[in-house]
Amino acid sequence: MALKDITLGQFFPGNSPLHRMDPRTKLIGIVLYIVALFLAKSVLTYGILFALLATLIAISRVPLKSILRGMKPVVFILIFTAILNLLYTPGETVLLKWWILTVTLEGVRTAIFMVVRIMMLITATFLLTYTTSPILLTDGIENLLGPLKRIRVPVHELAMMMSIALRFIPTLIEETDKIMSAQRARGADFESGSLLRRAKALVPLLVPLFISAFRRADELAVAMECRCYHGGEGRTRLRRLTYRALDRVTIAAALFLCAGIFVLGRFGL
Amino acid sequence: MQPIIETKQLTHIYSEGTPFQRAALNAVDFTAYRGEYLGIIGHTGSGKSTLIQHLNGLLKPTSGQVLYEGQDIWSDPKLTRQTRFNVGLVFQYPEYQLFEETVYKDIAFGPGNMGLAADEIDARVRRAAAFVGLKEDLLDKSPFELSGGQKRRVAIAGVIAMEPKVLILDEPTAGLDPVGVESVLSNIRDYHLAHNATIILVSHSMEEVARSVDRLVVVNDGSIPFQGTPAQVFRHGQELEDMGLGVPQMTRVFNRLRAMGANIDGSVYTVEQARAAILRAKGVG
Repeated sequence: MALKDITLGQFFPGNSPLHRMDPRTKLIGIVLYIVALFLAKSVLTYGILFALLATLIAISRVPLKSILRGMKPVVFILIFTAILNLLYTPGETVLLKWWILTVTLEGVRTAIFMVVRIMMLITATFLLTYTTSPILLTDGIENLLGPLKRIRVPVHELAMMMSIALRFIPTLIEETDKIMSAQRARGADFESGSLLRRAKALVPLLVPLFISAFRRADELAVAMECRCYHGGEGRTRLRRLTYRALDRVTIAAALFLCAGIFVLGRFGL
Repeated sequence: MQPIIETKQLTHIYSEGTPFQRAALNAVDFTAYRGEYLGIIGHTGSGKSTLIQHLNGLLKPTSGQVLYEGQDIWSDPKLTRQTRFNVGLVFQYPEYQLFEETVYKDIAFGPGNMGLAADEIDARVRRAAAFVGLKEDLLDKSPFELSGGQKRRVAIAGVIAMEPKVLILDEPTAGLDPVGVESVLSNIRDYHLAHNATIILVSHSMEEVARSVDRLVVVNDGSIPFQGTPAQVFRHGQELEDMGLGVPQMTRVFNRLRAMGANIDGSVYTVEQARAAILRAKGVG
């Protein structure tokens, strides 16, 4: 088992315009894109959104292979959605009728649209995480959620917890890999046997992993306190987020896109 | 001498096919002989850890072969697993792998996985504990109550209890105090002598390696630039320095003396040898 092959955090380093864009722009853009996806009802509007996504992927220079690989875990959901929509969409043109199962033309249509919609939705969010480093992403989220501080949502603390968690994912993966190797060197077998046996085999892995996670958390807390960390109040930032011309244009374009898709929908397109 | 482990044109590439792709080993031919005390030196990231993890089948070569007693360890899954027991590997900071409720159970983990009988396991646990100088009354304690040095010994005992024919130790003395360093090194030597086992000691401390090993292999940038007896290797003083490894202090002193024109032996690396070399030079002069 090669743990290091898991693309968690998924950031794909690069220097495309998409990489350089303000994370807030990308977050807002993604939300608007998803809204547009749900407003789209016709082949035309889907086509527009698909072309846009393809262009963005081309600009980002993220290999298509990596994006498709990320699709693997959702294949089951896709199939499930397709089958449900296929069987339970009422309609007039019956294509197939067998026992209690009925497939209508509308059902086929909805199933295809649903699957394409989910795939595009996932690809779009992948594009976000592939082109934005986790740290920038949390910075962006913290900034966008800023107004919630007024109603006492601990935005800074949440963002800090998130960035710490993200920061330690690779460390913990490395640690897991190391402990796993050490136990395998003592003959531990993580890969064969019944489910119960395999669950039991995880004990020699999980105990040291938890102990080291707690030790690390403790050390990190001490190190942060040594540097006078006491929450977000009055804290200045090393990286300041600034909207540039490209960001403004992008947000405007995204808003326009949403409105456009909505209007087209009104005209039955 | 008879080889016990060999690698043939061993290449390992991490994260192949991603932007993080990195070759850690490049067509390495490595041999460890039966019953020898071998040292591997190389700085962090040189590929030495990757190399040793191939020797007991934890990592699979990207290309090339790993042979244990002449057989390719990847030719049969059973053989791969058996190799893990024949070639014991003690990782860096092994105390972080302890997990059992008692020291006894933790040391018994390896022998238990080998499928040995209960009385054989018991005998091995006690022998291994004695080897690393753990007292009987510690065996029933939780490993997490022990001091850092004691934990390290428990972890080493956990591998020794499998009684491997080859024992590989990755920086076994890192982070120990001088007394701890001495006792761990002498435990290793005891095991070497008692079982006629092959020892592979990985380190970046020249002093430590120089006084323990029969033969030395230098790993740099995923390949082996030179190997031989410590005296032979330390003749490459300048190259070693360029790799960021340096030579033992005594060798450096003697090289400096030679550069100043003194007619003495340059292949000195311990205080005793230095003393002998100076006396010899005096006797000649």
